Amino acid sequence: MMYTSRRNLLRLAGAVGVASVLAACGGGDDSGTGGETVSADDVTKALEEGGELLVWSWDTTIAPTAQAFMTKYPKVKINVVNAGTNQDQYVALQNALSAGKGVPDLAHIEYYALSQFSLAKNVADLSGFGASAYKDKFAPGPWNAVSANGGVFGLPLDSGPMVLYYNKEVFDKHGVAVPTTWDEYYEAAKKLHAADPKVYIASDSGDAGTTTSMIWQAGGKPYTVNGTDITINFADAGAQKYTALWQKMIDEKLLSSISGWTDEWFQALGNGTLATLVVGAWMPSNLVSGSPNASGKWRVAPMPQWEKGGTATAENGGSAMSVMEASTRKALAYGFLDYLTAGEGVKTRIDNGAFPATTADLNSPEFQAKEFEYFGGQKINEIFAQSSANVVPGWSYLPYQVYANSIFKDTAGQAYISSTKLADGLKAWQDASVKYGNEQGFTVK
Amino acid sequence: MTTLQQAPPTQPAVKRVKRYTTTPRKSITLTLATGVILLYSVVPLFWLIVNATKSREGLTDSFGLWFADGEFLLFQNIAQTLTYNDGIFVRWFVNTLLYVVVGAGGATFLAVLGGYGLAKFRFPGRGAVFAVVIGAVAVPGTALAVPTFLMFSEMGLTDTPWAIIIPSLISPFGLYLMWTFANEAIPTELLEAARVDGSGEFRTFFQVGLPLLAPGIVTVLLFTTVATWNNYFLPLIMLKDPDWYPLTLGLNAWNAQATTNGGEVIFHLVITGSLLMIIPLIAAFLLLQRYWQSGLAAGSVKE
Repeated sequence: MMYTSRRNLLRLAGAVGVASVLAACGGGDDSGTGGETVSADDVTKALEEGGELLVWSWDTTIAPTAQAFMTKYPKVKINVVNAGTNQDQYVALQNALSAGKGVPDLAHIEYYALSQFSLAKNVADLSGFGASAYKDKFAPGPWNAVSANGGVFGLPLDSGPMVLYYNKEVFDKHGVAVPTTWDEYYEAAKKLHAADPKVYIASDSGDAGTTTSMIWQAGGKPYTVNGTDITINFADAGAQKYTALWQKMIDEKLLSSISGWTDEWFQALGNGTLATLVVGAWMPSNLVSGSPNASGKWRVAPMPQWEKGGTATAENGGSAMSVMEASTRKALAYGFLDYLTAGEGVKTRIDNGAFPATTADLNSPEFQAKEFEYFGGQKINEIFAQSSANVVPGWSYLPYQVYANSIFKDTAGQAYISSTKLADGLKAWQDASVKYGNEQGFTVK
Repeated sequence: MTTLQQAPPTQPAVKRVKRYTTTPRKSITLTLATGVILLYSVVPLFWLIVNATKSREGLTDSFGLWFADGEFLLFQNIAQTLTYNDGIFVRWFVNTLLYVVVGAGGATFLAVLGGYGLAKFRFPGRGAVFAVVIGAVAVPGTALAVPTFLMFSEMGLTDTPWAIIIPSLISPFGLYLMWTFANEAIPTELLEAARVDGSGEFRTFFQVGLPLLAPGIVTVLLFTTVATWNNYFLPLIMLKDPDWYPLTLGLNAWNAQATTNGGEVIFHLVITGSLLMIIPLIAAFLLLQRYWQSGLAAGSVKE
């Protein structure tokens, strides 16, 4: 079997995908309010009449929720299909869209990838379904991610407000205080590594999602998107704060080079050689199953700050569920979507380990009081909810972020393995993203 | 155009066996080199067997090339692999068998038919066919996967088992191999003798040709079986419904669960599943080995 890199596959799919984005943009109807109108009665009727729905998702909490839904509405049959994890699924979705066959009714799409599908009008605008009224139901970060130009292109499934996970045992053993600012984080990195050369404060071998989230928290706004007019700038004040700190971390070899999400990475998180992790609030379930041997050793703290006493955070990951424009049962699909993201289904999903995006659940005493054995009985949801409320507003992703992220390693990633400076690496990423966008027919500066 | 190759010279019916009492020559370099290659082949297999006996914790806490202390969970792991996700692994296993039996079996049958025809019949356009086949051998299947996908989606065949089976039926390399083998293994005089005796073309093929081709058929069958069993890229783009996944995709999906929020990390099941997946291949090789002898027709014709 020949090995085909995921990147080449993505390029191929990207070429197919973005071309169709612009074909759709040519319509001249750039306002988001172009969706159809479906009333609550229509949805109720559709649920009573029943029918089949095809849902694409890799999230393990969807299936049990669909089961509960089918018990409630016996005439509805929901097929939940895992068509691949993140990028794999987008490739599959893009293939199905270009083939015009096999497109699901509902698809799980991460926030960073959503605009690629909404701009191409592949996903339905739900503002005419009554989704606009949900603005206050969801935390600001996720809501901002699903809505654009007056349209609503999905409902938030989960969210990833960022926090600092740290291995308390390691910090205590070496007498290092848990950092509250990025300066302290840098000092802690030095102390830990000096105390035990095997220990690193974190691993980073170049990850687009982490980098953009870090810049987001620092107040950077690298992407400005206005219809098909795009500006990319990785040299604003926020980005500079991040590159100054991270360059020091790289130069002084304070970051481990283990790639994220590999077996080796889970092993290092489990045995104390990686002392912290700055990611989204969805991480606990992965830690529990990925590094079971570290149970009781990890704790959660607020994300380190750029200014002492600050509270700014960012979103990292998190996804929406969208109704596909190609679906012939949009009212029924919306009925399930409503249940899944804003109705009774949310509780089922939280019980199965999902991290919600709904303010009512984030602020509920029951949710916040939950104690986690893996985190030594800590009430970690309190910290997550606080982080969720403090996400810096006004962030946007590129309409071709899936492609842009796929070339991150080739450009910015060079800073981790060569003498290239991170700022120059980001500039290379910026240039490559600009070039690609213009080739695809966007106006990118 | 190929030239028809001469059959190998016949051997005398009775071979005089000489007994040597001298010990074979030893070569340290060769022994070492063979040892290294042996290690290289066996260590990954050994690793797989050892690690299939460990729990999630044991995988990360113990030394990779030896068993974890006081842990031998092979049977629990196998049981969990077979039952996880409502026993979807078993379904994938059956799918893979289906693709192999129909796909690789069909590919072998077509290759035998085509190879025999090309080797033993003279017809206009043989040269062109040969050029196309040689060209097709040079094109990696991966390069054809996306065009095939677009074609199949036009026909509405994607996300069905046909999307895997139909492309698997085409094996240019198998055809080429059968052609060459048929050239060597079936003396044309034998076919002429059959025709003179009044046997029809099909009867000649099935009763005279096939038995002579057996070693070649087994070789092609093994090749196509391994290719179909391990096929990854084609199902990856053709199939979205996990109910039709072959094992390669299924195990990859399990592995990818680790890289997503809300996913469960099940490396121990991926490893156990991989071990279960190679057992049938090893069995196929061991079982088919005895047919793997050539020269059945040697000495059948007086030249």
